[in-house]
Amino acid sequence: MLKIDNLKVSLEEEEKQIIKGLSLSINPGEFHAIMGPNGSGKSTLSSVLAGKDGYTVDSGSVTFEGRNLLEAEVEERAALGIFMAFQYPIEIPGVGNMNFLRTALNSQRKTRGQEELNAADFLKLVRAIAKDLEISDEMMKRPVNVGASGGEKKRNEILQMCLLEPKFVILDETDSGLDVDAMKLVSKGVNNFSSSSRSFLVITHYQRLLNYIVPDFVHILVDGRIVDTGDKDLALHVEETGYKDFL
Amino acid sequence: METIIFKASIDTENRIMTDNYEIREAIDKETISAVKSVGETYKYGFSTDIETEYAPLGLNEDIVRLISKKNNEPKWMLDWRLKAYNRWKKLKQPDWALLKIPEINFQNQYYYARPANMKEKPKSLEEVDPKLLETYSKLGIPLTEQKKLAGVIEENAESGSTDRKVAVDAVFDSVSVGTTFKEELKSAGVIFCSISEAIKEYPDLVKKYLGSVVPISDNFFACLNAAVFSDGSFVYIPKGVRCPMELSTYFRINAENTGQFERTLIIADDNSYVSYLEGCTAPQRDESQLHAAVVELVILDEAEIKYSTVQNWFPGDENGVGGIYNFVTKRADCRGTKSKVMWTQVETGSAITWKYPSCVLKGDNSSGEFYSIAITNNMQQADTGTKMIHLGKNTNSRIVSKGISAGKAQNTYRGLVQIGGRSKNSRNFTQCDSLLIGNKCGAHTVPYIEVNNSSARAEHEATTSRVDEDQLFYCMQRGIGEEDAIALIVNGFCKEVLQSLPMEFAMEAQKLVAISLEGSVG
Repeated sequence: MLKIDNLKVSLEEEEKQIIKGLSLSINPGEFHAIMGPNGSGKSTLSSVLAGKDGYTVDSGSVTFEGRNLLEAEVEERAALGIFMAFQYPIEIPGVGNMNFLRTALNSQRKTRGQEELNAADFLKLVRAIAKDLEISDEMMKRPVNVGASGGEKKRNEILQMCLLEPKFVILDETDSGLDVDAMKLVSKGVNNFSSSSRSFLVITHYQRLLNYIVPDFVHILVDGRIVDTGDKDLALHVEETGYKDFL
Repeated sequence: METIIFKASIDTENRIMTDNYEIREAIDKETISAVKSVGETYKYGFSTDIETEYAPLGLNEDIVRLISKKNNEPKWMLDWRLKAYNRWKKLKQPDWALLKIPEINFQNQYYYARPANMKEKPKSLEEVDPKLLETYSKLGIPLTEQKKLAGVIEENAESGSTDRKVAVDAVFDSVSVGTTFKEELKSAGVIFCSISEAIKEYPDLVKKYLGSVVPISDNFFACLNAAVFSDGSFVYIPKGVRCPMELSTYFRINAENTGQFERTLIIADDNSYVSYLEGCTAPQRDESQLHAAVVELVILDEAEIKYSTVQNWFPGDENGVGGIYNFVTKRADCRGTKSKVMWTQVETGSAITWKYPSCVLKGDNSSGEFYSIAITNNMQQADTGTKMIHLGKNTNSRIVSKGISAGKAQNTYRGLVQIGGRSKNSRNFTQCDSLLIGNKCGAHTVPYIEVNNSSARAEHEATTSRVDEDQLFYCMQRGIGEEDAIALIVNGFCKEVLQSLPMEFAMEAQKLVAISLEGSVG
């Protein structure tokens, strides 16, 4: 599904290489986790996959279902089925959640040549998802992420994911700022959403989240390279000993 | 307030929610498709090829007399004009605004232009030149009584909520072309006609109120208007009448090198109510044109006027060539106790805007509100805001201003809140927000607050922000294209003001917001 081949990425402003030859292949249905110390390039990787400005790809390639992902615009990538749950979800004052969700969904459908969803079907769909994630009516009426707590924002990200039905999901430090209850809710949302045709890339500092979202593969990212790959036990090992073994 | 109510509940309630949602949905869809479908930024830039009769070039006493004669005015009106003209000769063009105004040669333009076949004003809409009717229908303003004003959503008509009639007075260059629904309004006692007609048919009302809110020598441009105004709209709502439909005037400048000077006078007698809409467009030309209007509102005891403007004069091209100079004086006089006025303006056009719709709160317990969106893109300049003059006791005013700057534009909010010594227990709340798109534009906020008694309270809040990369990236990561994302974010920023517009205008305005910012990023 997603194939990253010897990717090298620098920051646009200061010619500093952050990702220094990273290869990773993700098949449908797989959960991959990337762990690493601060500054190892985790966030850069998710930004480059989503298409954020400010990075230069020095060499290497990223293909998604056979297509050169690096040439696609941000919104095209979204329509192809790539979704990123933000570490710090953005506030958009004055834009209601429902308006935002509907615009996003129908923009994607339009890009894919599908018909737009009518209001009644849309409402029904959103309601069902919100209920599962215990997102209140009051929260849905608010502008996007404005006045929401950290936990509410993260649940809102998961709601967007469930609605947009992507094929490939990047969870960028989704566990940061979550208490145990919120983490359980978010994980439940992710697990319910998983299927044999969907893949996940979970980026995290801590092993904690991986108790709830159990990865098939754990990769250790240090200084822009994957230095070790294993199963969930590798994450437990890191939790115990830290990253010093890999430095 | 969000129109979508999100509640899992019984069926009937769901139905209502869905209906509300349909409305919103239509608006959002409209916004997005408008952005996509419009090839060029200014879609009202066409001109109508029609034989036009001009007054001789320039301005002098003879021109003032000529205009008065063309309108078959009584002597008192001519005297009023001449008084204004003689006063104007002594006035100086104001220079205190944050605007770079190229020197205007007042002798090098026309002060009167009308379609040649309009010598006699058409008695009914059937007599109006088809070319003019076509112009208005191209602008989305059908001058027939069967159709509604453009922008009313068809699918919503079933529910009846927006199936409202809108009466239109259409002003083309210097003359009123026609007024719809006149008879129906007359039966409710409402007078809605061109001001030139009112001067002849309702001289007592005009004499009593004309210039009573904006005096002849109020300011340079208002004084010029008093001397040369050629037409405009007149509205009188009698005691106790709630006007049965929205009233609107649509101003169109067509003739080249011609200024438009219209005058609007609206009187809401005791316990009456009217909602009035005003729209404006002009052809795309390389020469700048002057528009100096005066609007006077008189509001008596417990009456209310809601006045909404969507101003979309040609803004000039991206290099600042051409465009309308919009120098307008609008003022509401809340004379009666508990009288109320609400100004809502969406200013997207004009090369230069100089405009401060004001409220004089004379009556005790009167209130004034001002909601404004001013968008400047490319080389546009706007210096706009309001004045709230509190004179009566327990008066209330509220100002919500949203300024958006893109390209190399400069956008200034200028506002005065004055609470007089006898205006006990009066309140003002002001909120001024500016949004910047790109890094070559400017936003400025100049609030003046004068409070002369200790029981009054004035609050002022101001913010300046920009459409940031993170917001755009977030929207785009969810699949929304860049221009749609900007339209979404900016409409969110303006929401409070858009919501205060009548439905028909809200949709038009929302589209306009998106269109006028086209090409402002990337």
